[in-house]
Amino acid sequence: MEAVLALAIGTLTASGLWLLFRPRTFQVVLGLCLLSYAVNLFIVAAGRLRTDAPPIVGKGAVDPAQFVDPVPQALVLTAIVISFATTALLLVVILAARGLTGTDHVDGEEDDL
Amino acid sequence: MSDWMHHLVIAPIVLPMLVCAVLLAFDERRRMLKRLLSLGTAAALVVISAALVWEVDGGRQALPGTPHVYLLGDWPAPFGIVLVADRLSAVMVLLTSILGFTALFYAIARWDRSGPRFHVLFLLLLTGVNGAFLTGDIFNLFVFFEVLLAASYGLVLHGAGEGRTRAGLHYITINIATSLLFLIGVAMIYAVTGTLNMADLATRMATVPPDDLMLFEAGAAILGIAFLVKAGIWPLSFWLPRTYAVSAPPVAAIFAIMTKVGVYVVLRLSSLLFGAESDVAGFADDWLIWAGLATMAYGTLGILATRKLTGVAGHYVMVSSGTLIAAIGMGGEALTAALLFYLASSTLAVGALYLIIEPVERNADEDDMIEGIAEPVFDDEYTGAIEEEENEIGVVIPGTIAILGGGFIFCTLPLAGLPPLSGFIAKFAIIDALFADAPIAPSAWILIALIILSGLATLIAMTRAGIDLLWTPSEDSPPSLSVIEVAPIGLLLAACLALMILAGPVYLYMEGAAAALVDRSAYIDAVRDARRIGEVMP
Repeated sequence: MEAVLALAIGTLTASGLWLLFRPRTFQVVLGLCLLSYAVNLFIVAAGRLRTDAPPIVGKGAVDPAQFVDPVPQALVLTAIVISFATTALLLVVILAARGLTGTDHVDGEEDDL
Repeated sequence: MSDWMHHLVIAPIVLPMLVCAVLLAFDERRRMLKRLLSLGTAAALVVISAALVWEVDGGRQALPGTPHVYLLGDWPAPFGIVLVADRLSAVMVLLTSILGFTALFYAIARWDRSGPRFHVLFLLLLTGVNGAFLTGDIFNLFVFFEVLLAASYGLVLHGAGEGRTRAGLHYITINIATSLLFLIGVAMIYAVTGTLNMADLATRMATVPPDDLMLFEAGAAILGIAFLVKAGIWPLSFWLPRTYAVSAPPVAAIFAIMTKVGVYVVLRLSSLLFGAESDVAGFADDWLIWAGLATMAYGTLGILATRKLTGVAGHYVMVSSGTLIAAIGMGGEALTAALLFYLASSTLAVGALYLIIEPVERNADEDDMIEGIAEPVFDDEYTGAIEEEENEIGVVIPGTIAILGGGFIFCTLPLAGLPPLSGFIAKFAIIDALFADAPIAPSAWILIALIILSGLATLIAMTRAGIDLLWTPSEDSPPSLSVIEVAPIGLLLAACLALMILAGPVYLYMEGAAAALVDRSAYIDAVRDARRIGEVMP
């Protein structure tokens, strides 16, 4: 489980970073999306991983070490909402920039080749 | 402590947020109402934050300088989110309120009409900035950062246009990426220590097993990079001058406090987590020092290289951040007090500069504006010099030019650090504190040299711009200048003057704030011992 999650986070981060450094605005948005997925998974991982167990705390004496820490999950929820909203705003700005500059290059002008 | 005084801590966050929500309900045509409400809120914030400063600095408590802790939702300290107002937070909130009120006042002249929902976004920005200064929880800090950033995205784009959209695109992208770094840092710190409360974090540092310490340091470093981006530290600062230059003047003025949010958090966290009593004392201090010095050098060159005043102001913001970060890296109680004084002085001065740039440049003809680097700074000064000399006595300086020129000179004084205004005391105090240590470190010498050089560069750039924009006779009729525009600039400069006249008490306050940063126990104890409502005092 750890290996799979680590691989997933690593792949998402690597692809996200690569896209972030691309010259087209749409690639940048996709890069930021992938990066935020990676970060969200990373936060979940910070609260310990546990498989094959019900997500409910039973009655009686409970050993908290047997359960996943719920705080990071609450943090992830906040982080998801925020990154979703800011990405939506960025998309609007990108559309405006495309309309005003006539190009989808991140600098608003094409490189002189 | 009476009940309403207790809620003073949360008022700077709740009040603008509430008014913000109310303003959304009215449509843009009810401009007067919106202006009155938002300006009233900004004025109320000045009063509230002044009361907060008074209360924290002594007020009616037995032990002056005890931080005020506010338990949100009445949850006990490490489990719920706390707001903490100590001397440092309170003075930062006061600074924000003063700058916010003056910028909003200025905006009423015409800038709030150049796009929808200016007042809502502006108040939201104040909410976020105040929240970031007052919170005692690192994840809550992230949330307030996002609030202030979301509002700032809207404000950068206020007035639209191609330049703003282009700069806004870069600004938003960089800040989203930075927020992700912030989250990674918070997650790593939480994974190691199991807490998000800053005071609790400081105490739990001691129990972190040595194996995990490296992970903690990595988390803190990633978090630090996120704040250094916001503070505009070289080489993470290329977004700053351009974004600030294209923003509407009142927006740029309030943005002057936003870089200081980054500086504040670095100061707060480095004193709590990496203070003298900590296991990893002095972590990353060298990095802060050299990054700060590099920023100052880059900013100084930038001030000399740019011909537009907005560019000068943007690079000056970088110089001031660099000075603060380098001074934070060097640490020490005397230096911290000096840097806090410098922070207050430079923030007010930059705010005034951003407000005065637009009326000054409005005066200049389009072709007078020096755009490219290749062009000469002045037109040939010697052409027609003799004829001009003859009627020199008869030249009448129009009133508006006189006011603008006077204001411009008074803006230059605190920026360059010349005697009659607060900038001089601030820089003098920093240099004095640096000389206090017996063997002066090479980095301290460099800092002293850069402080003086950056002041000189500012003076040169401002003089050049002043001669070109104000002194050069122009055939056009003098610009119209409304009282609404002059008053806030005057207010900010008056605040600089007040800092100068009241330097004694202000400096004592800053020394108290610095002492609390060096000896972090007061902060930690206040948070740990915070009582819930109804709980009996022991």
